[in-house]
Amino acid sequence: MRKVSLFNVASLTFGFAFLYLPILLLVMYSFNEGRSAAVWVGWSTKWYVSAFNNGQLMDAAWVTIRVALMSATVATVLGTAAALALTRYTRFRGRLLFSGMIYAPLVMPEVITGLSLLLLFVAVDFERGFWTITLAHITFTMCFVAVVVQSRLVSFDMSLEEAAQDLGCTPFKTFFLITLPIIMPAVVSGWMLAFTLSIDDLVISSFNTGPGATTLPMKIYSDVRLGVKPEINAVCTILIVIVSMAVIAASIMTKRQEMERQRAEKLAMAQT
Amino acid sequence: MAGLAPPTAGGGNAAPASSQNGWTQRIVILVPYVWLLVFFLIPFFIVLKISLSEQVRAAPPYAPVFDILTDPAATTLEKLSMLGLGNFGRIFSDTLYIEAYLTSVVIAGISTFATLLIGYPIAYGMARAPREWRATLLMMVILPFWTSFLIRVYAWIGILADEGLLNNVLMGLGLIDEPLHIMSTNYAVMIGIVYSYLPFMILPLYSALEKMDDTLLEAAQDLGCTPFKSFWLVTFPLSLPGVIAGCFLVFIPAVGEFVIPDLLGGSETLMIGRTLWEEFSSNTDWPLSAAVAILLLLLLVVPIVIFQNQQAKMQESGR
Repeated sequence: MRKVSLFNVASLTFGFAFLYLPILLLVMYSFNEGRSAAVWVGWSTKWYVSAFNNGQLMDAAWVTIRVALMSATVATVLGTAAALALTRYTRFRGRLLFSGMIYAPLVMPEVITGLSLLLLFVAVDFERGFWTITLAHITFTMCFVAVVVQSRLVSFDMSLEEAAQDLGCTPFKTFFLITLPIIMPAVVSGWMLAFTLSIDDLVISSFNTGPGATTLPMKIYSDVRLGVKPEINAVCTILIVIVSMAVIAASIMTKRQEMERQRAEKLAMAQT
Repeated sequence: MAGLAPPTAGGGNAAPASSQNGWTQRIVILVPYVWLLVFFLIPFFIVLKISLSEQVRAAPPYAPVFDILTDPAATTLEKLSMLGLGNFGRIFSDTLYIEAYLTSVVIAGISTFATLLIGYPIAYGMARAPREWRATLLMMVILPFWTSFLIRVYAWIGILADEGLLNNVLMGLGLIDEPLHIMSTNYAVMIGIVYSYLPFMILPLYSALEKMDDTLLEAAQDLGCTPFKSFWLVTFPLSLPGVIAGCFLVFIPAVGEFVIPDLLGGSETLMIGRTLWEEFSSNTDWPLSAAVAILLLLLLVVPIVIFQNQQAKMQESGR
């Protein structure tokens, strides 16, 4: 094994300090008794209490969760279908346009995606609110799901599907019995990515919102434009904890599945 | 039936074995295809159309989109005469917009370069770390990316403010006598962009550096290269695909950035994403903001196309 060089240790230390210090400070000051974000007064959980008693904040959180659950689920179905279309069917009319439409939203500035969807909803006279935000979120998150699932499908062993079809499975049945269980980790991480992207989104929601549909990021944004608010720090801390736990759990799950798969493969090899 | 068909190499791209197979294929392609056509491509053409129409004082605040286009009595010429380049003319005659475009590109460019300088050593350190650490390190880079963008930008307000943590620490250490004014300047915006987009830079760099063959470096050093020279002549050129991908991933969204300049920038930070939002929300000039969007897209179309081609190539070659 190579020796760990001092330069590499230093760059990793500084790098991760830069990545994590701001977030840790934000978390720490959510427990500050004082109102200031720079002067430490003492430990207190009063900002958490006041956040939970803040009806507007809680309403916004509820809207956000509903939008995210719904849009992530639909986006996962559509994104998985798109990934299958891209990897399995290499020739169909308009494939170039299709793959363009999958990749373009990934890099499209959010202001443009938001504005263009808004103008669509206005043009067809669709009432803006909860549903327009959900539709907008489905559209931009499905492309992320497609890319995640596609990268798994590229290394998929096609002979498994062929075997199932040779044994009389319909393509439909083959998908649900063979393909889906195997690509499931990628589908799950696609769903999680879509869910977090939806929870985090500010710009696209702001363009497509209507009366009564304020998401949590919109509420946080309008509150912090005027400076730091410890109540918002508390809400942010809760969000950070939930998301981090979910991500870590998912990565442990994927790792365990991967190890199990490798063990099963070794076993199968030994038997032949 | 499918069961009798001979197994085909490559699977689905062969001729459908049965009509059912054909239907499955059609649905799998058509559903996401139609969704993206309706919610991505058509809206884009509506933006184009509205950018060419006049602002009217009504709700919605622009001349109708479909009325004249669907009116069978109108001739093509009449339809075309409804369109105009007035909004684009206004953008080019007003220095405010030109300045906003230039500022966006300059700020995004400097930030991208800074992100590369900071991200490269981190990615390099990760790729050289003992193998059993790498998964954890990778996880640690990705984790902040999952945390809300807005929260990460917000975290910097408390740090950079005149009476914020940074100034308190620096003054407490006696390094400065009066607070540094960073908040509400372009520097704050750049710090925000570097911080928010750093994972986008590290990930492609890491995947390029991790694949590298160590024996190449050993060979270079055996042939008398200094460590610096072997880095510059061997490691860096080999990591170039990662450098390019990382720079695009940072530069493209940074140009259209709205949250960071709005929260960390001052009134003089004119970035185009912010200008678009202000035209849209405060001035309710939708045709003008549509025109701003079209020009922003034209600005980004070259980097986006290059980036997409590169990604498609990498996906097709199985990463």
